[in-house]
Amino acid sequence: MTAPAPAPSHTGSRTTRLLGIAVVVGVIALVLLGFFAAPEDDEQQDAVRMIFVHVPSALFTYIAFVTTAIGSVMWLLRRSVWWDTVAGAAAEIGVLFCGLTLFTGSVWGRPTWNTYWDWGDVRLVTTLILLLMMIGYLSVRSLGGDERATATRAAVIGVLAAVILPIVNRSVEWWENNTLHQKSSLTDGNLEDMTLFTIVVGLVVWGLFFAWSLIHRFRITWLERELRVSDLDLALRERRAEGHTEDGDS
Amino acid sequence: MSIVRLRAAVALIGRFPALAGVDLDVDGGEVVLVQGPNGAGKSTLLRLCAGLLRLESGEGEILGHDLATDRPLIRRSVGLLGHDTALYDDLTVRENLDFWARASRVDVAGVGAAMDRLGVPSRLHDVGVGLLSAGQRRRVALAAVVVRRPQLWLLDEPHAGLDPSGRDLVDRLVVDAAAAGATVLLSSHEVGRTLELATRRVTVAGGTITGDVSDVR
Amino acid sequence: MFADALLVAAKDLRIEWRSRVTASQVVPFAFLVLVLFGFALDANRPVLDAATGGLFWIAVLFVAIVAVQRSTAIETTDGARRALLLAGVEPAAVFLGKTAAVALQLLVVEAVMVGGIVVLYDASIESIGLLAATCVVATVGIAAAGTLLGALVAGVRARETVLPILLLPVLAPVLIGATRAFDDALGTVAVDGWAWLGLLAGFGAINIVLGALAYGVLLEET
Repeated sequence: MTAPAPAPSHTGSRTTRLLGIAVVVGVIALVLLGFFAAPEDDEQQDAVRMIFVHVPSALFTYIAFVTTAIGSVMWLLRRSVWWDTVAGAAAEIGVLFCGLTLFTGSVWGRPTWNTYWDWGDVRLVTTLILLLMMIGYLSVRSLGGDERATATRAAVIGVLAAVILPIVNRSVEWWENNTLHQKSSLTDGNLEDMTLFTIVVGLVVWGLFFAWSLIHRFRITWLERELRVSDLDLALRERRAEGHTEDGDS
Repeated sequence: MSIVRLRAAVALIGRFPALAGVDLDVDGGEVVLVQGPNGAGKSTLLRLCAGLLRLESGEGEILGHDLATDRPLIRRSVGLLGHDTALYDDLTVRENLDFWARASRVDVAGVGAAMDRLGVPSRLHDVGVGLLSAGQRRRVALAAVVVRRPQLWLLDEPHAGLDPSGRDLVDRLVVDAAAAGATVLLSSHEVGRTLELATRRVTVAGGTITGDVSDVR
Repeated sequence: MFADALLVAAKDLRIEWRSRVTASQVVPFAFLVLVLFGFALDANRPVLDAATGGLFWIAVLFVAIVAVQRSTAIETTDGARRALLLAGVEPAAVFLGKTAAVALQLLVVEAVMVGGIVVLYDASIESIGLLAATCVVATVGIAAAGTLLGALVAGVRARETVLPILLLPVLAPVLIGATRAFDDALGTVAVDGWAWLGLLAGFGAINIVLGALAYGVLLEET
């Protein structure tokens, strides 16, 4: 897995174009299903439609986050630039999904629980802390400077966040024993068939979108790096040339 | 025995190739003067030899240890005087030297002698380093190198900021170190003075070695 | 290794003792934060009573940021970080030593702050043992996470602003856990404070292990 992928010359390929088309078609299908095919809920009315975005976003937030954690470990163990790039790309997409999760969650929460935000809700608070950690992770990545130093710093944060998050979750759980959150309504059989189907479609579409943006983000970073590596040869030649011009006056 | 052996050594500072392919061999007991204009790569060369920088490409051995794999070993066996003095402002001169001696696992008993050799008067021993002048501070930093009794001395502009008697002290220090069998690499802008004690003069420019004259005495 | 850790801790504490920054600036700062909370909530006495534990630990987090920044600056201002590498001190020993020094300073500040909440907020201490145990266990975790992240941002531009962004979310479980344990120790909420100590201890242990492992990599590569 650590072997560098063949250097891409641009960020698209036939696979990603197909993926992209599938995402567009999927989103259209999801909108149609979500607004017209799925019935409104007895208690939640139209607000229920928010879960078609909320549930997939939440799931892929955590998938992205786990990807970043794995990438961080692989950088620290093997100094794998491939994994470091994956970790960074996944974190960016993860922050997007995480923000989307919290946004749709609180918009949904307003009519359903009669509040935008509830501090006693374990998953809500844990997800917020996760978002804050990932923002810290990205801010360290964006600082620039030495690439290896940046990768190492980011990787340590990635690992730290991954081991701290279960403790955050546990602490919020103990903090307030009640939780407003739906106890896995996917499995308790109360959902209408069409609602369940739409959620599954949402998961598939979000999965495709995750893969599509991960590949593109990875390739952009990889190409930037390739550019810098070829820059290095140029920089080395320029650096040596300094020596010849300055020979006389030293 | 070869003390420094560099082959096509490239080292980056950030993304900048401060050393752009250096070949250098230094034998035991040599006193090598490294000269060159500002930004030529002199300090980077000394820091690379100290094991503080990663070798981006090329290969190198310092004191028989591989620069790619054994940098911790290299770091422990060299003495580097850099631009920073690595002294704690709020500790006294003696406390600073004691701390670095203990941290380096060398005998603290050598601290007094080192302060004497660098001409740090006893009235300053218990003064906070933050109160010292730049020149005095530099002497204390040199004393910290002396305490370590390194096999390879890497002195980055050791004469800078010192008064004439301080510069003479540095010269004597280098001559004594070489006489005791140690190897010295020093960079300096004071070409005339340092030539007298150097056995060899290496010119650095553009991150490469552009001149190498032996038996300059 | 523990001898080296002791050496580093003693050095940091001696520097703190000499510069008197903890006594002359950090303690007054902590007190000031408590006073400001008092101003903000004094009109509503029951709220202040109920929130005492939380306010105490928020103040501790602010103090911790200041203490970690001081502790990091000691090694970065004159290149001592590099000299520690050259000396060949075990990085884990440096980490443990600096963590111990930060923890001790924080404990001193916390002791003063406990006096502060008794006087200013009229808090009554029902279990001094739980109170003290919470302070010690929570502070070790705070100091360990802080020292690790302090080293992480040491070579970075704008480290003063990056450190809180990284450190505060990581310390969220400490804030929750220590606040709950204080609620019990101060008798404001009927919870089992001792149960929270386990969580705080787990947090501390994880950060010490991670810090001891990662400190060398950070010292070497950043």
